[in-house]
Amino acid sequence: MIQAMETLRKRAQELLETGTVQLIIGYAEGSNGRVRPLFARRTEDLENLVIDERCSLNLAVYLRKPEVRALGKPGIVATSAVLRSILQLAAENHLNGLEPLYLALDGSGEVVELTTPDQIAAHLAKLGPAAPQFSTVDLEGMDRAARFGFWQNEFDRCIRCYACRASCPMCYCDQCLVECNQPQWIPVPAHAVGNLEWHISRAMHLAGRCVECGACTAACPVGIPLNLINHHLADLIEKKFGGRAGTSVNLDYPLSVFRADDREDFIK
Amino acid sequence: MTETKLLRKESLGPLLQRLRQGGRRIVAPCQAGQTNTVWFREVDGDEQIDLERFTVASAKSVVFPIVEEILKFKTIGRQVTIQNGTPRVESTVVVGLRPCDARGLEVLDAVFLGEPQDLFFRKRREATTLITLSCSKADENCFCTSVGGGPGDTRGSDLLLTPVQDDRFLVEVLTPKGAQIVEVGAELFEAVEADATQVPNKERFLASVPVRFSLSDVEAKLPRLFDREEFWHEQSLACLGCSTCAFVCPACSCFDIQDEGALHGGRRLRCWDSCGQKLFTLHASGHNPRSIQSQRWRQRIMHKFSYLPDRSRITPDAAGRPGVFGCVGCGRCSRACPAGMNIIERLTAIAEAEL
Amino acid sequence: MSEFEPKIIAFVCNWCTYAGADLTGTSRMKYAHNVRVIRTPCTGRIDYMLILKAFAAGADGVIVSGCHPGDCHYTSGNYHARRRWMVFRSLLDFLGIDVERIRFTWVSAAEGAKWAEVVNSTVAAIRRLGPYDEYRQLQDKGIDSSFVAPANEPASSNEATGTRM
Repeated sequence: MIQAMETLRKRAQELLETGTVQLIIGYAEGSNGRVRPLFARRTEDLENLVIDERCSLNLAVYLRKPEVRALGKPGIVATSAVLRSILQLAAENHLNGLEPLYLALDGSGEVVELTTPDQIAAHLAKLGPAAPQFSTVDLEGMDRAARFGFWQNEFDRCIRCYACRASCPMCYCDQCLVECNQPQWIPVPAHAVGNLEWHISRAMHLAGRCVECGACTAACPVGIPLNLINHHLADLIEKKFGGRAGTSVNLDYPLSVFRADDREDFIK
Repeated sequence: MTETKLLRKESLGPLLQRLRQGGRRIVAPCQAGQTNTVWFREVDGDEQIDLERFTVASAKSVVFPIVEEILKFKTIGRQVTIQNGTPRVESTVVVGLRPCDARGLEVLDAVFLGEPQDLFFRKRREATTLITLSCSKADENCFCTSVGGGPGDTRGSDLLLTPVQDDRFLVEVLTPKGAQIVEVGAELFEAVEADATQVPNKERFLASVPVRFSLSDVEAKLPRLFDREEFWHEQSLACLGCSTCAFVCPACSCFDIQDEGALHGGRRLRCWDSCGQKLFTLHASGHNPRSIQSQRWRQRIMHKFSYLPDRSRITPDAAGRPGVFGCVGCGRCSRACPAGMNIIERLTAIAEAEL
Repeated sequence: MSEFEPKIIAFVCNWCTYAGADLTGTSRMKYAHNVRVIRTPCTGRIDYMLILKAFAAGADGVIVSGCHPGDCHYTSGNYHARRRWMVFRSLLDFLGIDVERIRFTWVSAAEGAKWAEVVNSTVAAIRRLGPYDEYRQLQDKGIDSSFVAPANEPASSNEATGTRM
């Protein structure tokens, strides 16, 4: 891993020096043993570049900041989660005009450079499925009332800081649903109804689009296991409609297409 | 004149139990659910109070709730009845907050107890007693000493407990409210021996929190840094514009008013808000004077380190204190920020900026 | 103690289920009175959040009904609705909301009898399940208020919060 880090750092430095990219977006050591995003414009800035299991912030989220885009063509140190987000953003035509270069590590720790969605998809296919980052809770074993109690307990802590939204590359709406007040469809205050409606709405808006990077769960200051909700819907959608977000650039948004033979068992 | 006593650590539980029996609500840090985080929660006695780790958020929700109802209305025919809310105030003791938290409440005082006074805040504040815990440990995000505070600062507290030798707390009784607590505890508190050698030296037990930057330099330079767009741009590149820092901060007080209901009835609620959000300054016309994150980040810093101290010098707060800064150096914003924004670094850059 | 009368909200499409319900009436079929019908142009228009808003407003059960697949007046609105409901219903169930209280059906303009049966069976089922207080009680949760009794005191009427149907 140390070797891979060195190679990565050298390559990033070369890319900056040669002007191939104007900016390297990566991770650096932060405080209290955490990492934080790095926006390196000079090679000296890359001294602190790291990539390890602490890198749960999804750097793809910075591609939606005009201030970052204005810095020029970026090279992005990309974990597989970041790459999945890029594929999904490309599938949604949300990367138009931007052609970042991605620095990733393959299974044997070699540094690979990726530019096109096809290269990214091939790289991801070679890496195989990512190991789950967060502990899971056995909700299947609970009855309905217990599940309701579980989630009410979790949402009770929600303070509506929107760290989940802010850290999600797929939440790129200029005006979020909750920021519309004609009508105020989702209540603003962090009471029980507001929190429930917010998390349901967000889960529905991410259904079929979430690549399960885990950034939302890592970002949540109160530790709500949002990954469980998004994972449940990602599994359901793959089972019922096929396809999974973050695997291909040719993915249709599952809720805007349909098949005449979609199968369910609850409509009488 | 501050009275000093000693309290065995094992007597804290019984003290809280007595306070509970006397009708007081106890709020203390404890673990939240299955997460590895610590929160201020109302405790019934069965929960494990955690006095070791820092809480993720401040204790301000005790006096400034995250959602509170300030009025309700009912319409029958053409008749509208409005009922003004009053805070359902319970006598509350917050135990285990830190000196920075207590000072944070003083910052809220400067905002809510000026003219006009916020009735809801005042009633809750009057009904709340603070048993603060000095810090024997600090981490690299702490900077209370850089903003005029300290790990054993007594300002704003009613009782200050400092863990000293022999499994005891040194108890400083700072206010009449604090004295009342001691009265309830009665024999649980031990007198400090008249012999000076028995008095624990508080300083020995406090964490070392080095001063990180010059606050006066920060305040002096800020007005002249206002127009440096590039400077604020760089500082806020990582910022994702969520509300986490504002919500965990002991000194942030911005709020929104939301009306909910329909023609036949409804309620008006006050809830927390954050200047980091784009919507915060969006005008009905569509114009937004702080349309980019760097402007919002600048606002956060200027408000806390320039506007608030400026304004409070012109109009001292209810207690007559001038020059209140909107930051107590607790470091919660840095710890909770999903994008790893580090406020000490930002303030140091300001203090050391070349003009 | 009078028997509990469920309040049911039905979101139906104009062209099939609404017409079908009309037929139930013109055929003089008697059926339970507990349903308030909300007419939409198509099930494809039904925002899934409307179902939750209905519960919040005091409904004990919700019916969502439209044209059979293949018969949508707008060709494909009900296909979109079907996908949406598959995802939404699963999400609600996952979060512990009682999806047994939501009935999804296809009722055509000719199925007057079916509409009566749908309503009657839904009312009976909801009567067995009881009022959906668990959801309604969320209205006052998480709000610091002088009007709302703490959790261990008897619940006050819902008038203050405007949840009245």
